[in-house]
Amino acid sequence: MKDNNKEKKPFACYTSHSEPGPGDGGRTGSWRVLRPVIDLDKCIPAKRNKAACFYCWLYCPDGVITKTIPPTIDYEYCKGCEICAEECPADAITMVEETLILMEEE
Amino acid sequence: MAAKKTTVLNLPEEELVHPGNRACSGCGLSIIYRMGLKALGRDTILVVPPSCLTVLQGLYPIAATQLPCVNVTFASTAAAATGVLAALRARKKDTQVAAWAGDGGTGDIGIQALSGACERGEDFIFICYDNEAYMNTGVQRSGTTPQHVLTTTTPISGKQQRKKDMPAIIAAHGIDYVATASAAYPVDFYDKVCKAKTISGPKYIHVHTPCPAGWGFSARYTVKIGRMAVETGLFDLYEREKGEFRLTGPSQKMLGKKRKPVAEYFATQGRFKGLDEKQITELQNEVDKKWADYEKQAEEAC
Amino acid sequence: MHIIEAGNVAAAMGVKLAGAQVVAAYPITPQTPLTEKLSELVDSGGMDAQYIPVESEHSAMSVCIAASSAGARAFTATSANGLLYMNEQLHWAAGARLPIVMCVVNRGIGAPWTVWNDHQDAVSQRDTGWIQIFCCDHQQIIDTVIQAFRIAEAVRIPVMVCYDGYILSHTYMPFEMPDQKEVDKFLPAFEPDWALDPACPANLNTVTLPDIRPDVRGNTAPGYMEIRHDLHTDLRRSIGVVEEADSRFSEIFGRGGHPFIEPYRCEDAEYVAMAMGSLSYHIRDVADSLREEGIAVGAAGLRLHRPFPDRAVAEFLSGKKGVIVMEKALSYGYEGPLYTDIKAALYNCAERPEITNFILGLGGREIRTRDIYGVLKKTCTKTAQHEENPVFVGMKV
Repeated sequence: MKDNNKEKKPFACYTSHSEPGPGDGGRTGSWRVLRPVIDLDKCIPAKRNKAACFYCWLYCPDGVITKTIPPTIDYEYCKGCEICAEECPADAITMVEETLILMEEE
Repeated sequence: MAAKKTTVLNLPEEELVHPGNRACSGCGLSIIYRMGLKALGRDTILVVPPSCLTVLQGLYPIAATQLPCVNVTFASTAAAATGVLAALRARKKDTQVAAWAGDGGTGDIGIQALSGACERGEDFIFICYDNEAYMNTGVQRSGTTPQHVLTTTTPISGKQQRKKDMPAIIAAHGIDYVATASAAYPVDFYDKVCKAKTISGPKYIHVHTPCPAGWGFSARYTVKIGRMAVETGLFDLYEREKGEFRLTGPSQKMLGKKRKPVAEYFATQGRFKGLDEKQITELQNEVDKKWADYEKQAEEAC
Repeated sequence: MHIIEAGNVAAAMGVKLAGAQVVAAYPITPQTPLTEKLSELVDSGGMDAQYIPVESEHSAMSVCIAASSAGARAFTATSANGLLYMNEQLHWAAGARLPIVMCVVNRGIGAPWTVWNDHQDAVSQRDTGWIQIFCCDHQQIIDTVIQAFRIAEAVRIPVMVCYDGYILSHTYMPFEMPDQKEVDKFLPAFEPDWALDPACPANLNTVTLPDIRPDVRGNTAPGYMEIRHDLHTDLRRSIGVVEEADSRFSEIFGRGGHPFIEPYRCEDAEYVAMAMGSLSYHIRDVADSLREEGIAVGAAGLRLHRPFPDRAVAEFLSGKKGVIVMEKALSYGYEGPLYTDIKAALYNCAERPEITNFILGLGGREIRTRDIYGVLKKTCTKTAQHEENPVFVGMKV
């Protein structure tokens, strides 16, 4: 790809060529009002300790949930859409107010 | 197509879309974009016109997508895909080319280039994510906005005209693969993209893509509402392979079964607020008639 | 080897010799025979290229934009409304820094419909960021097409090669066909320093902010304004590249030497009549006649329209008594656009020549030698006061 910082003499040929990287929109976790929290006692792969279900991973628009046992959520980027909570067949994900979590942390 | 049935468990884990992108919270496009890129794989060049995907893909100099992509003018998607293919042939490379456009970029301003590329038999996959209006510019009506829907350019009486049937228009070009899919059924969509990769010539996949902001529902319900569109029989999942039509997956399973009333689907979204009882009955009758034809076809096929 | 062929065929042979890899085109008069010839060359196996019969000019330029982005040498050709239909794509091709070459077979634009020649099509697209070169005969067409690829690829700016519809496109003239081996010496294979490639997944032409922004490695990336400024400065600097291409071409082929302005009996001329394209050769006949009458007139053809070679123009015209700008285009509501450009270039001259503007040949209106003779003679001998500026020549009602 074209690197605008590596000037090719005598013509710079600036172009708008973007490189892949996370966080183009910043830390989108800050968009969140509610935080999805997984109850591992209910979560199917966690409970059975084997690969199963993973609907939260499947439907997450932002790919911030891992397909692991147990699944984990990247709060840095999770936008808090609640789709995981809505689609979880075991009702294992609850949405918790970020302010409550912040107060608890403090 | 994978010999083994695709399930959530065997879908590729690798993510080709970076998090922290600018898509809205609960974006239906984000779901299918993730799945679509998993199906396409890294040896792909993307072609994208202005659309919500332009925003999702990122602002210079950072891209949310890990595949090479050329952003092109609004009317030119399929022609640009043609150009990439021509260059790849000239350079003796067999990287596949996939175009992703919204419903306006496909069926309105993009239809001429798309029709031309289909007629020429260009070997590419065209994915239309249909969120049923111009969402990126703030919910203006498009050719695929359903009848009676409120948009910012049909703000009081709703859209008077019917939804343009893009898959049927593309199928009329006689191409070998036309399919519909839904953001609520990512595995079904994944399989269709995988199948499209095995077919030469133009492939068209039309994806029903709920949009929380534009349709007037809470982001939480993106998948639920997409599913309801299928379960009510309003949006059907099918494939038309070498002219052979068949309902697929969830739509196929609905044959011979009772469907959810369309009114339930309309009730979930702000954009249908203008519908009256008479209009709902008319729309229900249309769906019933369409499905009676499906049932008849299925019986004849047996 | 000399052959006698039409101007459109000269262009097609230039494209073949230049080794264009992707050709996309949509038919429009009077460009059509050029692309017909290319389709024939490709179909017969005489040219190793992808020929894409697109469904519109907008798509023709899309194909070129995408093919060029994917690393192929791309060519298209059009005329008149076809060129205008490409308008947003022209800006896009230049902004994306793609070395596309396009022949514009000049034709007037509607409404009302006209299929005949003038320069309104190409001239109206002068601010798209493309390099524009005008040709005066068939030899210049074939030579310029080959040079255009070299210039475009050196500066990563697309080039329009303009020549008159019918007057050049459809007339037959002898011209020297360059030898392929020598063309290859002049124009090596296209090896872009970047192209769409899964091994190096860049996202091209993404939305760019008004301000600068750090990239993924923390380096500062330019904003929209820097990118556009860079296009402008590179376009200005490409004047030197056009000159360099011409001198290298002269070395190999023994033709050229006038990349910006092609003069005819101008050295001792008091008056110089300037025009673009075949008209400048037409004026040569008139200059000869006036010379016989003792009027010191020269004719000059402006070859490079954008970037405008303002210094060369000022140097060339400085010290002349008068400059007569003859144009087949108009900036409606003002004057001939070339006249405006030349006036501006002369602004800093110590002694500015008198400058007059004539508009002629719009929509193919016949340009009669006696009309040129009449207006030139009157202007050079100051025997007529022009009531309007620009003066429209050849009006009948």
